[in-house]
Amino acid sequence: MANRTFFGGIHPPEGKDLTKDKPIKTILPGSELVYPVSQHIGAPAKPVVQPGDRVLVGTKIAEAGGFVSAPVYATVSGTVKAIEKRRVVTGAMVDSVIVENDGQYEEIEWPVMKPVEEMTTQEKIDLIREAGVVGMGGAGFPTAVKLSPKEPDKIDYVIANCSECEPYLTSDYRRMLEEPELLIDGLRIAVSLFPNARGILAVEDNKHDAAVLLREKLGNDPAISVMEVQTKYPEGAERMLIYACTGRKINSSMLPADAGCVVDNVDTLCAVARAVREGRPLMERIVTITGDAITDPRNYKVRIGMNYRDLIEDAGGFVTEPAKIISGGPMMGFAIFDLNVPTTKTASAITCLTKDEVARLEPSACINCGRCVEACPELLIPRNLADAVEHGQEERFLAEYGMECCECGCCSYICPARRQLTQLIKGMRRIQLAKRRK
Amino acid sequence: MSDTNTGLRRVSSNPHVRSGVTTSNIMFWVAVSLLPAAGYGIYRFGVGALIVLALSVLSTVLSELIYEKAMKKPVTVGDLSAVVTGLLLGMNLPSTAPWYVPVLGGIFAIVVVKMLFGGLGQNFMNPALAGRCFLLISFPAAMTRFPLDAVSTATPLAMIKNGESVNVLNMVTGNIPGTIGETSMIAIVIGACILILLGIIDLRIPGTYIVSFAVFVVIVRLLRGEGFDPSYLSAQLAGGGLMLGAFFMATDYVTSPITDKGKYIYGLFLGLMTGIFRMFGTPAEGVSYAILLGNLLVPLIEKCTLPRAFGIPKPVKVKKTGKEADEA
Repeated sequence: MANRTFFGGIHPPEGKDLTKDKPIKTILPGSELVYPVSQHIGAPAKPVVQPGDRVLVGTKIAEAGGFVSAPVYATVSGTVKAIEKRRVVTGAMVDSVIVENDGQYEEIEWPVMKPVEEMTTQEKIDLIREAGVVGMGGAGFPTAVKLSPKEPDKIDYVIANCSECEPYLTSDYRRMLEEPELLIDGLRIAVSLFPNARGILAVEDNKHDAAVLLREKLGNDPAISVMEVQTKYPEGAERMLIYACTGRKINSSMLPADAGCVVDNVDTLCAVARAVREGRPLMERIVTITGDAITDPRNYKVRIGMNYRDLIEDAGGFVTEPAKIISGGPMMGFAIFDLNVPTTKTASAITCLTKDEVARLEPSACINCGRCVEACPELLIPRNLADAVEHGQEERFLAEYGMECCECGCCSYICPARRQLTQLIKGMRRIQLAKRRK
Repeated sequence: MSDTNTGLRRVSSNPHVRSGVTTSNIMFWVAVSLLPAAGYGIYRFGVGALIVLALSVLSTVLSELIYEKAMKKPVTVGDLSAVVTGLLLGMNLPSTAPWYVPVLGGIFAIVVVKMLFGGLGQNFMNPALAGRCFLLISFPAAMTRFPLDAVSTATPLAMIKNGESVNVLNMVTGNIPGTIGETSMIAIVIGACILILLGIIDLRIPGTYIVSFAVFVVIVRLLRGEGFDPSYLSAQLAGGGLMLGAFFMATDYVTSPITDKGKYIYGLFLGLMTGIFRMFGTPAEGVSYAILLGNLLVPLIEKCTLPRAFGIPKPVKVKKTGKEADEA
């Protein structure tokens, strides 16, 4: 049963007006492209090229390092300059293949594809795996793994996550308006992998025009429907979206497949369509360049590997020196040290803010107001969890379901005492996850 | 802004935006919403009421400031919580209280009940109420003299306790003897509406409190064979500190449960305790003690009402069949 919404949540200022009415601009990268081998969850990819090798658009430069992994492809033609550690958005140094762009954009010879209708399920999944498609909403989980659950006949819904609840981001919205057919095609292909599945395009109701357009393009398709879900952050969090669309609940130790669902984001489904229909690997994505510090904020179609600085430059540079630069949106994005980082498969936006509201905030005493409890979509008591972390009470943290936190940031956003609730909880979750891996 | 030493930008953990609500603006609005009732008290009881309120607020704010200065702790009077405590304490005193009553009450509320336990957020009792009870025990005569228009009379609650009839309409508007801020039900409810509309409080605690109290009173009256008397019930609801207590003191964030179920249990407990104190106790009033007792139970209530996280299935009680029991 669809609820169209979930428990808790918040309504942060949307900030989407900066970019939502501007068409996507295609941009060509600069002279150097950087391809980190870890742009996904799972084993890092293994480079298969050597410095000095010539690559073309579509040349595989790193192969999957395991079952849960994804290959990486060159998005320009040119020469491999080096394989070395480079900084990525999270601040970490990651092994990367560096390619010198020759500006020719010479492509490999694309394979001749047979019609999708004649392909077997396995053939389609193999194409998606080979294309290096991963969840492009931010998590980066390899899509082929997600699309091949143990019991495919138990999948009832393939949900296209078109909610885009993160403030400032409009890349999915623009994609829905400009390439609705591609998105629908991707969803149809994903649905076709499961014998009993229906497709749902879950759009937040602040993007009603996109929902109308998608409905129009769908025509009379009984297998796929558009569902307008309530505009509320974090509507697009996987567990929240599944609940909003189907009324089914999963916890952190379950997979969407346990609730008969598969959830994929807009860009991911577009990449699925191109992988299966054209045999083209994942080489580009839509990135929102936004924030009040940007002269001409807008969405770009960007080749993976392109430097962030070149993107900012094309957007007219900074109006004033930004106080904070975020990869992603303000709720879940990473603040970045340095703009000299590459666009990866999971980079959805660069948000540049003139005001850093947060870094210098002094947390004060908790007044027990309960706003964090009301806002938590996972029904946790963030105050207790943060207390447990501050006092080093790991057992209490686990007993009060600390691991269920989805790190959406609602509690910190809403806290009148400005406590760093999300940060504390996130830190302890990292510690616990690291212990589990041991 | 980049750090000049490293050339790297400043970072921090997500989220990078915050809502506009802060502790001090919550406290500001609580203070504002107390003004209708306080204002009515000054209008009805005269300049004496104003002096008591002013002394009480000064006492709480200065106590906090001096304590923090003396202990070399960061000064937190800017969060306005001491102003709210002072205002509430003053509203719980008679307008005729001598100057040392609000002053000592304020010092006790802030220093003993709040600061010694760690300051804002750490006190386990409502400071204003604890201050009031301290004063009730220490200065019983000064604390229970309620003149109205220069004539000392019994409060309506004391009158109905003795079986006398009272004018309920006067109780609703506030034209009765009592403490400065508790007499006018209308003024209190106006203030409560401000807080509800601003989303600072909700009806879970006060609603459960008032309803369970009313139900308890009706049941006790019926069991005693006194029948259902709407005017008696109205007098019980409008009289004494029930409205002020339910909307402004039972809802005190620090000393009420944070969990959803806990709020209902807490409200229910307050309703029952107030009912017991008022129906069976010697004094006519029972709200203050009911809330203070409730405050003590908050940690326990929170512990027992921890919610299951989203998607965590209910623990299934497995009935052992004969065979499994044997194997076990």
